[in-house]
Amino acid sequence: MTTMRKILTGVVGLTALAAIGGGAWAWNTLSTTRNAVADYSTRLADFRSTDEAAIKRGEYVMHAADCSACHTKGNGDFAGGYEMPTPFGTLVSSNITPDVDTGIGAMTEKDFFDAVRHGQGSKGLLYPAMPYTAYVKLTDADMHDLWAYMSTVQPVAQKIDENAGMPFPFNIRLAMLGWDMLFFKNAPLPVVAGETAEIERGRYLVEGPGHCSACHTPRNALGAEIAAQNLEGARVGAWFAPEITGNPHVGLGESTVQEVAAYLGTGTDGKAMASGPMAEAVEHSLQYMTEDDRLAMAAYLKSLPGSGKTAPAPLAASTPAMARGALAYEVNCSACHGVAGEGMGLLAPAFAGNHGILADDVTNLAHVLLVGARAAATNVTPTSAGMPSFAWKMDDRQIADVLDYIRNSWGNAAAPVRPEDIGALRSELDAATKLATPLQ
Amino acid sequence: MNRREALFSFGAAAAATAAVTHPAGALTLEKYPTQMALDPAFAPRPAPRVGGQMRVLVNDIDRRTLAAAFDRLMPEDEYGPSATQAGCIEFLDDQLAGPYGAGDVLYREGPKMAGEDALMQAPQFIATPRERYATGLAALEAYAKEHDGASFADLQPNRQDEILRGLEEGAISLSPEVHSKAFFELMLNNVREGYFSDPIYGGNKDMAGWKLIGFPGARYDYRLYADRVGEKLDLEPVSLIPRD
Amino acid sequence: MATNGKADVVIVGLGWAGSLMAEELTRAGLNVIAIDRGPWMDTSTHTPPAVDPDELRWGIRKELLAKPKDNTLTFRNRTDQVAAPQREHGIFELGGGVGGAGFHWAGMAWRFSPWDFEIRSKTIERYGIARADDGEMQLQDWGVTYDEMEPFYDRFERIAGISGKAGNIDGVIDPEGNPFEGRRTRDYPTPRLKTLRSMEVFNEATARMGYHPFTIPAANLSQPYVNPLGVSMGACTYCGFCLAYGCGNFSKSSPQACVFPVLMRRPNFKVITESCVIKVNKAADGKTVTGVTYVDNQGREQIQDADIVCVTAFQVDNVRLMLTSGIGQPYDPATQTGTVGRNFSFQTISGVDMWIEGEVMNPFIGAGAHGSQIDDFNSDNFDHSELDFIGGAGILTLARDGAPISKAGKLPAGSPRWGSGFKKAYQDNYQTYTTIFNQGCSMPVKGGYLDLDPNYKDKFGVPLLRLTYDYAQSDRNMAKFTMDRSIEIAQEMGAKHITPFNFADKPFTTAIIASDHVIGGAVMGADPATSVVNPFLQSWDCHNLFVVGASAFPMNAGYNPTATVGALAIRAAQAIHQTYVHNPGSLVEG
Repeated sequence: MTTMRKILTGVVGLTALAAIGGGAWAWNTLSTTRNAVADYSTRLADFRSTDEAAIKRGEYVMHAADCSACHTKGNGDFAGGYEMPTPFGTLVSSNITPDVDTGIGAMTEKDFFDAVRHGQGSKGLLYPAMPYTAYVKLTDADMHDLWAYMSTVQPVAQKIDENAGMPFPFNIRLAMLGWDMLFFKNAPLPVVAGETAEIERGRYLVEGPGHCSACHTPRNALGAEIAAQNLEGARVGAWFAPEITGNPHVGLGESTVQEVAAYLGTGTDGKAMASGPMAEAVEHSLQYMTEDDRLAMAAYLKSLPGSGKTAPAPLAASTPAMARGALAYEVNCSACHGVAGEGMGLLAPAFAGNHGILADDVTNLAHVLLVGARAAATNVTPTSAGMPSFAWKMDDRQIADVLDYIRNSWGNAAAPVRPEDIGALRSELDAATKLATPLQ
Repeated sequence: MNRREALFSFGAAAAATAAVTHPAGALTLEKYPTQMALDPAFAPRPAPRVGGQMRVLVNDIDRRTLAAAFDRLMPEDEYGPSATQAGCIEFLDDQLAGPYGAGDVLYREGPKMAGEDALMQAPQFIATPRERYATGLAALEAYAKEHDGASFADLQPNRQDEILRGLEEGAISLSPEVHSKAFFELMLNNVREGYFSDPIYGGNKDMAGWKLIGFPGARYDYRLYADRVGEKLDLEPVSLIPRD
Repeated sequence: MATNGKADVVIVGLGWAGSLMAEELTRAGLNVIAIDRGPWMDTSTHTPPAVDPDELRWGIRKELLAKPKDNTLTFRNRTDQVAAPQREHGIFELGGGVGGAGFHWAGMAWRFSPWDFEIRSKTIERYGIARADDGEMQLQDWGVTYDEMEPFYDRFERIAGISGKAGNIDGVIDPEGNPFEGRRTRDYPTPRLKTLRSMEVFNEATARMGYHPFTIPAANLSQPYVNPLGVSMGACTYCGFCLAYGCGNFSKSSPQACVFPVLMRRPNFKVITESCVIKVNKAADGKTVTGVTYVDNQGREQIQDADIVCVTAFQVDNVRLMLTSGIGQPYDPATQTGTVGRNFSFQTISGVDMWIEGEVMNPFIGAGAHGSQIDDFNSDNFDHSELDFIGGAGILTLARDGAPISKAGKLPAGSPRWGSGFKKAYQDNYQTYTTIFNQGCSMPVKGGYLDLDPNYKDKFGVPLLRLTYDYAQSDRNMAKFTMDRSIEIAQEMGAKHITPFNFADKPFTTAIIASDHVIGGAVMGADPATSVVNPFLQSWDCHNLFVVGASAFPMNAGYNPTATVGALAIRAAQAIHQTYVHNPGSLVEG
């Protein structure tokens, strides 16, 4: 679907839905009776928690939910101002410091709960760019702790007009009511009988604060996650958030929980290596979690059956594309990725046995080949080595060749890469074209 | 593009990241740069794909003189193509058109003193390579006209060799303005550069220079071969930029 | 105008010395601003594997180096001559960007010998004062001993991940390593590199001759490595593109590969690039400095104030900054008084080129520091009683590269240089060529020094540095002696053609690149009358100024200088944050 059609579809859908907002359906969607446990009386600006344990737990919830990723312009001060381009216009993240005039200093704890868990803010309904669809699953205890933590944040006066960049009708916050009625499941995490405590904890972290599905679950034309394909992989801008279920071909089935947890904590399990958006998730959020929590998340993810995708027969090494790819690999890639795809320590990912590179969607591989990427930098893996860009050196077919080679060597097997897909991404990223050389 | 931008531009064409350039403003780096596109100043600079159109060597006589000299320095024979067949004229033209030809790295402030060459034990120049070719080639042609009554390019190969050897040994001085021995060395260095540098620069056509000696070119990993000590490897040479 | 607030420390030049000091000082909590005249450069964005293997651009045109147009010196052999500028690339191979020469170096990572640090005392002790004071040489001790340096060498080797094999751990000699080296507390952090064909032939021949060959310690890492800062490095691929090149796979130690990943993320560090420091600013009383003046990339003069100034540029620029800033007394060769500029030294190089018929060397497989060496004729490892020189040379063979443009000049004597004869000779000899390089020590001479040139200026109108220098006779004799040894070795190696060379059999010149290891001019020592900085690299004149680099070496050893620069930098930085900041003032009694 083209961008234009997608936008048009959204316009029709949202305006129609806004018109029918009302009745019991809307009441169920909007109900915040769960939040009655919160304090109604004291404004954040007038509150400073003295419960150090709660503050510390709240900071942990903040990291797990990665609030600072969006509510800052880069310095982690929670003063908002971060611009988020959406298909419907540009949103700006709000100031969530305790400043009374420009932040959330006038909110009570109840107001805060309403906003975080239900998308109902002081200025009206929130846009679902705020992942309240996931945060609705946050427990009361975590919410109380988060409130305690927020009371310790330094107030910053910075006025934000969140939806100034949204055109009509998307600048009407009430329009979100229709969206909410369609897609917002107003309920805490259901209890699953027979589940181990570890899996239950993992499910809470993944589906609640971690909001993994925000990237890893495909969305429909109105930007809502498709529940039936939960965590089965999705295109996210010019990246592909891969399937992170127990699927053995393109998911986490062949990795141990320890490996998955190591990846979450450091950006690498010794084979795969986080870059792009996942590197940020590791840097800003996952590295701060406890190893037990990361193991729980891994256990839950691996317990999901996933998509059922299976490995195709590998491309024969004798094909011309594979032969060209083999030479290109030796010339360009093996210095870092290893003569047998074994990678290079904590610096560069392995390809042999790395299921993260086998998805049908090769966006990530093509993205990093075209414009490069940095690995995640964490306190235990500070190197954050750079993958250089190759757009200037390889044309679309040459990139497809080398990707075919790494995806079908050393025991790997994956579908052939189409040069036109590389070309489309090259345009989308505005990456360089291959340099012309003298005619030989 | 970072994660938040990526997330919220789902489905839509993501705003392309700004092309990295040499930062022009205040150049204070307070964080580790994350932009990974190749710095444009470091991208290879292939010779233009113009098919023989010259930018510096535009004078036909100069170019014929140069071609004749280059092809004596590196003739066509059983070991491979000649300098001109390998693209060394196109190579040199591109080099002279760029920073090398302009003497971009040279400290060119005067005065140039009488004793400089002896002190440095090497001839010193304020002139750029572009200027040295202009004067040198003209002087070489004038020398042939004066002594042989013909263009240098039209002389017999053995006579051309004789003149070149005279330059090399310092026996022939083309003119007071030209350090003839140094001009010979300039041509010899440049023809070797053209013959043995990466084909992206216009010379070393079909990697003939590399094949002559068995140099594998722009490879970056010999771990598969390092233990094969003393063994002839016959690796296929590769260029910095592969053909389309 | 001051553009930044006052810093705790300003660092002038972010090469090995600057980045190692910045790492120490920021880890100790100090706010550090570095100023570098070059642009930002990094592995993946500037010299990735797809850009690096380009001999014309990096090896021949030397585009990673600072341009002589922007940074050069004038040179003369004697004070009665008028100095001329070094117009093309010569022996001064300064870095062109952040990382300095540490970005394009080959990677030989030596410790100097115990003898080097106490050269005057040890020479007098073994051979008598007449050998030390021969009327020409200006020998002086460093003010620090090898044993005092050992922990800092060790720290540098750990940060850089050096590959090698120890020959002396706590006095226990291992014949697999260098049996002549100073006492180490532990082995190198990574194993030595592979033994390639030219090394094999050299090792066998020298062993037969009773010498002690070993693999050169290299900053080209034999295996992946994580350094004490947590930074990961890669394994060398033997691609051969090291000296004058970057490294595309993080396997050649450099500020970029070893330090920047942590340093650049520290909130108390920043670097101002493409900005050239032209002066260290003195306080009114002249006892301290207040910061530096620099010209930014827009050509504007700026001031950066700081409590401590660390001048960590390339050797010649360290000396020039001292002279242009008017700090310390310039050296006068007529009276040998004054200190700034004294004890310039180079290296004294001889050796042989050789061709061993029938060999297949595969010269394109190698690395910048890849080679074998004997130290049997280095330092004071042999008896000089009956010889007409002191010191010696590391006698080494290199498996560095097979770069086809530069190797075109390496043909047996009598081979045609052009024509079909050249092509045949090159084809026949490319695989059979190897070399022995004698990297000799260099003793300072009374007439050798650095000062400001009266005639030539740089683009800012600042006078160029002027070098006045020629080899000491002792060094010339040494080069001849070691050349003769290398001929014998080449013969034992079975060479059919041998071409000896000796750069010291004629006057010194900056235009012929015998070596690029220039040192001295702001030397360290225990005596303020003969040194610019004390043993912690602290200025004798201004106690909050530290001048760090090879400029501090009072002589040059038969080894490459980088590890010693690194060790001195770490030692100076630790002295600053452990001692100086708590009690500013001279760290030693003058």
